[in-house]
Amino acid sequence: MIAELGHFALILALAVALVQATLPMVGAARNQRQWMAVAGPASAAQFLFIAVAFAALTHAYVTSDFSVLNVAQNSHTDKPMLYKVAGVWGNHEGSLLLWITILALFGLAVSVLGRNLPPGLKARALGVQAMISVGFLLFILLTSNPFARLDPAPFNGSGLNPLLQDPGLAFHPPLLYLGYVGFSMAYSFAIAALIEGRVDPAWARWVRPWTLAAWIFLSAGIVLGSWWAYYELGWGGWWYWDPVENASFMPWLAGTALLHSAAVVEKRDALKSWTILLAIVAFGFSLLGTFLVRSGVLTSVHAFATDPARGAFILLLLVVSIGGSFSLYAARAPWLKMGGMFAPVSREGALLFNNVLMATGAGTVLLGTLYPLFADALSLGKVSVGPPFFNSVFLPLMVPMVVAMGIGPMLAWKRGDLAGALLRLKLSMLLALAAAAATWMLQGGSAGPWWAAGGMGLAVWLALGTLAEWAERVRLFRAPLAGLPHRIAVLPRSAWGMTLTHFGLAVFIAGMTASSAWKSESVQTQKIGETVTVAGYAFTLTDAHEVAGPNYSALEGTFTVAKDGRPFAVMRPEKRAYRQPPRPTTEAAIHGTVLGDVYAVIGDADGKGGYVTRLYFNPLVPWMWAGAAMMVLGGLVSLSDRRHRIGAPQRARAKA
Amino acid sequence: MSLPRPAALAVLLALAAPAFAADPDEMLKDPALEARAHALGKELRCLVCQSESIEDSNADLAKDLRVIVREHIAAGESESQIKKYVVDRYGDYVLLRPPVKASTLVLWLGPFALLLTALGAAWLVFRRRGGQPAAPPLTAEEQRRLDVLLKDQAK
Amino acid sequence: MRRSLYLLPVALFLVLAGFLLGGLFLNPRDIPSVLIDRPVPEMNLPALAGRPADSGLASADLKGRVSLVNIFGSWCISCADEHPTLMRIKAQGVVPIHGIDWRDDPAKALAWLQRNGDPYDRVGVDPAPGRTSIDFGVTGAPESFIVDKAGVIRYKHVGPITPKVWEATLLPIIVELNK
Repeated sequence: MIAELGHFALILALAVALVQATLPMVGAARNQRQWMAVAGPASAAQFLFIAVAFAALTHAYVTSDFSVLNVAQNSHTDKPMLYKVAGVWGNHEGSLLLWITILALFGLAVSVLGRNLPPGLKARALGVQAMISVGFLLFILLTSNPFARLDPAPFNGSGLNPLLQDPGLAFHPPLLYLGYVGFSMAYSFAIAALIEGRVDPAWARWVRPWTLAAWIFLSAGIVLGSWWAYYELGWGGWWYWDPVENASFMPWLAGTALLHSAAVVEKRDALKSWTILLAIVAFGFSLLGTFLVRSGVLTSVHAFATDPARGAFILLLLVVSIGGSFSLYAARAPWLKMGGMFAPVSREGALLFNNVLMATGAGTVLLGTLYPLFADALSLGKVSVGPPFFNSVFLPLMVPMVVAMGIGPMLAWKRGDLAGALLRLKLSMLLALAAAAATWMLQGGSAGPWWAAGGMGLAVWLALGTLAEWAERVRLFRAPLAGLPHRIAVLPRSAWGMTLTHFGLAVFIAGMTASSAWKSESVQTQKIGETVTVAGYAFTLTDAHEVAGPNYSALEGTFTVAKDGRPFAVMRPEKRAYRQPPRPTTEAAIHGTVLGDVYAVIGDADGKGGYVTRLYFNPLVPWMWAGAAMMVLGGLVSLSDRRHRIGAPQRARAKA
Repeated sequence: MSLPRPAALAVLLALAAPAFAADPDEMLKDPALEARAHALGKELRCLVCQSESIEDSNADLAKDLRVIVREHIAAGESESQIKKYVVDRYGDYVLLRPPVKASTLVLWLGPFALLLTALGAAWLVFRRRGGQPAAPPLTAEEQRRLDVLLKDQAK
Repeated sequence: MRRSLYLLPVALFLVLAGFLLGGLFLNPRDIPSVLIDRPVPEMNLPALAGRPADSGLASADLKGRVSLVNIFGSWCISCADEHPTLMRIKAQGVVPIHGIDWRDDPAKALAWLQRNGDPYDRVGVDPAPGRTSIDFGVTGAPESFIVDKAGVIRYKHVGPITPKVWEATLLPIIVELNK
């Protein structure tokens, strides 16, 4: 009964979305206030119905109602409650429902928080949002109904993939979707602006916080996924350039570019048509990702039920929405009023350079991800494009970007003084070179990989450049020290946000470089009592025995780890065997230090009293997570800036 | 992809199994040779898996290829000889770093073409503005006066 | 010139969408063999214990007659699905079938053949790491190769041979090669 209610609620939501997609648009075109005003209540009603549907599916999962096909295929009574709930989005149909729930939530947010928006812009943006809703609701109702019944209902369900039964992965998809769907806001506002034919700083002020919020969610989602891979897959890898990972990375790159170009629109009323284009591209990448993950056109390690019919439907959505938007762009963008001017060497110029490299990076990832498909379709043979390609093409592209990130914030808007900026950065430059040289010496020259010195040098350059810029802002050495606390206190939060995020990236680069360059590992068969030393850590296997979990049994090993003869930690990795579905997983034991992670994995018994053990020291990996956390935190700090606070722009303008 | 549902499910589950590097008994005694074999294995695609290398997969075929790669390394063969051995049997598909040839030129040159296009587009942004020469940067003195003015204005 | 620049995104997108549409009709897991039109790999596999000692499989055995080489294992579920079809092909008598027992326990393989019937003229044993099978570019079992009179591989079929595959694809090729 409740499942049918959910299904019915989705149909009602579709009806409401159809109204919301048409009336306000017509109203905006004819300047009829009442018609435009439909958008607000419609978005509330749409959210309500979709929330009811989501609640209905969650109810079916929580109560283990196996007469619902989706629950029977993806859940099991033995599953802990957290994973029953997470199971709602651990499958194709449920994840789509989460997708549109978030979409409706964003629509509701616009209508509630956007009281000060110009009515035409608001009506059109909500209308475009509703069009996306219509597309996805049709997709769910026609191809992927999560409420389909199963008769007779099985006694128990087939369970959730044990790899997904993990707190990290439980929250990875919702965060990713908040990011993907969040870009729909910038997109809807971009389309609304194209229809109106006007893009101005007020528009950018509206779009920036939404884009920033989406960027924060997407960043957090990607990092959570990486972190999960790092501790769950059992050998310390965290990024594989797999098509599905790339599918989330492309919108991130486009979104990062959008964030920076929207700043130029807001501050300088320039780069307008480029920003509109990026807004379309960022959301287009989100939709493309949805297509790639669910259509089966590419092979990926990430399991998702793929189905060409669904693929065809998403492709149709993609063509209508993104193809349509690009056509609208081609028709309207040339008539957008030209904005503020700036010299190539200026803050805008640096941001544009950043955009060029980000866009090239996103294009490279797109090309590499889809090249096997291109080659196959053109009968050029089957090719594989794997990590070696991306590492050797994408990473070098990011080098000039990081170099520019040190300089850009030092340049003035409109026209800057490159020589002056470099002069002010000479200490950072010298120290970066010194760090590179020191890295080279410490790793024993060519005994380590050649790029490690470059990576560490870049990290130091970016960190110091960012700090130098901060020091200038607060006039650390150029004004009386007494006023410093005040100057720090009045520094706008958006400035803090940038400093934190850029510094976080520097920390991340250091972690990434070190962990890729100097990982130590040892794989062997260890008997109880035997000691193996990795990177100065002596791992003694003291015990291994079976333990029972709620829906699995596990082999738990105990390592007593000593460093320099002193006890360091006791580590207990597990190798689990889940019962339903029957699958093994590894649970690595990780003990973090400032300099790196001590990482232990236990494998099968060899039947002669020994166990396969994999012991690692992953240098500076915690820096990666800390750097990523700083980037997300920087985004949050920036989002809390008064000037970004939603609804503020109009008021601020009214006051001026 | 017309596998019946349970079969498709079984395939997915098998493929998403936790990935492992080489077992201890496969590894070469000499760490330098083992490192070479590992680096080479990272460039070879596991054929029964999705997009993993043979070093990252626990599939039987990946294990066999790891063993064979290590035999060839131990026999003193070069990386390119071993790659040729594998490509002779499995085609270019097995290489995670596609070889540069006519059919992959777009892939390898594409990013640079993209960069040039994007830089060209950015250049257009400046040229379009009537070719106005960028004014020379402010002198230190001008900058100071500007700062003062802006500060007054902000008050 | 400027106007056309604004058309670039939609043009590029349409090209992309065209490829994506094409991609829906392609199978990314369908990897063609590079061994087609190449001589069978050098091999000299011992016979399966329990079958005649001279029924192993060597390259020379594949010359002079069109033959079907089938890579199988008693552990392989799809091989069991395919087996009845192989038995029917044997009964038809148009082509000898030779087996390569891949990564298998010979005792289990023999028991498996005794239980399900033995369609093979020759069976070569290829234990792990399956060098000969890898020489054939194996990606999984079962896989089957049509070898012509000169000992050249002419066709590869991945996955179980169903009656339909046999009738529609393999048999016509064999008939053609036998001419």
